[in-house]
Amino acid sequence: MKDLLSIADLGRDGIEEVLDLTDKFVEVSERRIPKVPTLRGRTVVSLFYEDSTRTRLSFETAAKRLGADTMTFSVASSSVKKGESLRDTVETIQAMGVDAVVVRHGSSGVPWQVANWVDASVINAGDGWHEHPTQALLDCYTIRERLGSLADKRIAIVGDIKHSRVARSDVLAFTALGAHVTLVAPPTLLPPSLEGWPVDVSHDLDDVLRKADVVYLLRMQRERMTEALLPSLREYTAHFGLTRERFRLLGESALVMHPGPMNRGVEIAAEVADAPNAVITRQVSNGVAVRMAVLFLLLAAEGETL
Amino acid sequence: MTTVLKGGEVVDETGRRQADVLIGDDGLVAAVGADLAGDRTLDCGGCVVSPGLVDLHTHLRQPGREEAETIESGSRAAALGGYTAVVAMPNTEPAIDSAGVVREILELGSKALCDVRPAAAITVGRAGEQLVPMAELAALGVRIFTDDGAGVQSSLLMRRALEYASSLGVTLAQHCEDAGLSHGAHMHEGEWSSRLGIPGMPAEAEELMVHRDIVLGRLTNAPVHFLHLSTAGSVQLVREAKARGLRVTAEAAPHHFTLTHAEVASYDPVFKVNPPLRTDADVEAVKAGLADGTIDAIATDHAPHAQELKESPFDEAPCGMLGLETALSLALTQLGLPIERVLALLSWQPARIAGVDTGPVEAGRPANLCVVDPSHQWTVDPARLASRSRNTPYAGRSMTGKVRHTVYKGEVVVLDGEAQR
Repeated sequence: MKDLLSIADLGRDGIEEVLDLTDKFVEVSERRIPKVPTLRGRTVVSLFYEDSTRTRLSFETAAKRLGADTMTFSVASSSVKKGESLRDTVETIQAMGVDAVVVRHGSSGVPWQVANWVDASVINAGDGWHEHPTQALLDCYTIRERLGSLADKRIAIVGDIKHSRVARSDVLAFTALGAHVTLVAPPTLLPPSLEGWPVDVSHDLDDVLRKADVVYLLRMQRERMTEALLPSLREYTAHFGLTRERFRLLGESALVMHPGPMNRGVEIAAEVADAPNAVITRQVSNGVAVRMAVLFLLLAAEGETL
Repeated sequence: MTTVLKGGEVVDETGRRQADVLIGDDGLVAAVGADLAGDRTLDCGGCVVSPGLVDLHTHLRQPGREEAETIESGSRAAALGGYTAVVAMPNTEPAIDSAGVVREILELGSKALCDVRPAAAITVGRAGEQLVPMAELAALGVRIFTDDGAGVQSSLLMRRALEYASSLGVTLAQHCEDAGLSHGAHMHEGEWSSRLGIPGMPAEAEELMVHRDIVLGRLTNAPVHFLHLSTAGSVQLVREAKARGLRVTAEAAPHHFTLTHAEVASYDPVFKVNPPLRTDADVEAVKAGLADGTIDAIATDHAPHAQELKESPFDEAPCGMLGLETALSLALTQLGLPIERVLALLSWQPARIAGVDTGPVEAGRPANLCVVDPSHQWTVDPARLASRSRNTPYAGRSMTGKVRHTVYKGEVVVLDGEAQR
């Protein structure tokens, strides 16, 4: 495999391969010196057209722990500001001799365009509303770590599905691994069509929580109010927020997840975010190991072992 | 020098017949009949000789975007596609909204490889606020007014425009799109936009304005032409309006009867167009509308764009695709209609809407003709197109049916598939 653009590129077997490999990198990450020389001499560049310090740092940490050199192409202070086209930018980076390009862009589909223009491996670190495959992989890993498997688990994804790349990748990944996914949102925050999505839809969070093994909350962005998608944040929280009261409907072993950054008090109550079964910080630490596994799969030489 | 088109089958609105066509040195058809001879003989064996095609919807980009297309290059593409007349859309920079710009187009068009008929904007600068000097422009020969690229949003302004135009013998053509419903959208709203995470515009954004303008046409008794119908609902609205005897005409573009929104899964902005590519059901409805006479014309919406703009992220790229050099082949092979019906949709029916004199192939008429080899196989190679741009959605697609010769005002502008100037 050259690129990781979509969860669909991996399929069930591919996802499980990444998760199995992640076990090894979690072990590496827990060493006193959490570093292996597997990708020494390789160069990974992060090309972030959208600010995302968390995802960028996670990828760069992963690359460094594998011994790769890392470069950051910071769009804010670069030739892009002077009007350079996307294609010219990526061809310039390619000309410097890089092995992988980690792309984040506000427009859906940009990683596909970049992959057509460069020989280096392209990793989608989030494109528009479309996909964020490494987030879905770390989510799967975190669920598997806590619940043993995703098969037949009931997972509720709650919030702004329509504008969420995390939701799109998670739906693909969770269902590929056998989970039952229910989307919970007001109709304005669901995609206009769910044709071909192997999910259920509910507008009643209380009902869904009683049966859920995992509740996955999405970040509620404030600009949705100005687009008349919601009357107010208050009304959103009242119906779709994981409040303290609602949290009690969840089973004791059910997991609470969030891709970050959280709006405490909006989609998730502060106390809930800190509850023992909230695995939000564990998602972050697993993120590094998952991204090590992805970089290893894409960049390590044939037959290379850890 | 006289030229004879030898051995072809003449197809026009009067029917089909095996006949040679002799073109005089005055640019007129001198004779149609058996065993004609001339100074030069063009082989038309196995071909259909038709009145030249007429495109109601061509973006020639001049003035303002000459890196994408010029009147010369666009007219060459048109001639290669069998067109002898094109209506040049007014969304140039500046817009075609004044006598000066109309005269410039006519002047440049006089040297082109086909007849170039400027359409003019309905509103100054296509800003949707103030009417253009319609009577002055009509006197210069403008027959179609449109703010194409956008619809006229104000119902009041559209009503006034229709009323004002109704005494001038011109037609207002609408790009039907409710800008509120389509705000921020880059493709058709549905299964694929949802999956791909691209904001979509619902079919209803188009249908609302089709319905509004049918109603306004009834109110004002003015003719309305609907540009590039793309949804099943729009086709049905026009079908019903025609059944009630209202003065409406409509066109559809080849990409709306050959491609669907599934193409956008490649994220290649070459598939970004407005109206957007729709569903399979919409494609079938457009085909049915062309077959049953609801839709009067196939119009290309030829919309060249510079390569670098079509390499932007999908949501930043401009809308539009090339069409002049592929429309005829697609119409011949994808509609399942007999060739005389296809040519009616491409030639004499749009000619009537544009006010172009493209009558039967008979002595004394201008020799604006196209010779089609319906069995010629070819493959679309963007680099070989005559357009200055490369944004065809059919790159690499094999096609059947191609123009062998095009004759414009008696001049053989395309000979054996090659432009002669």
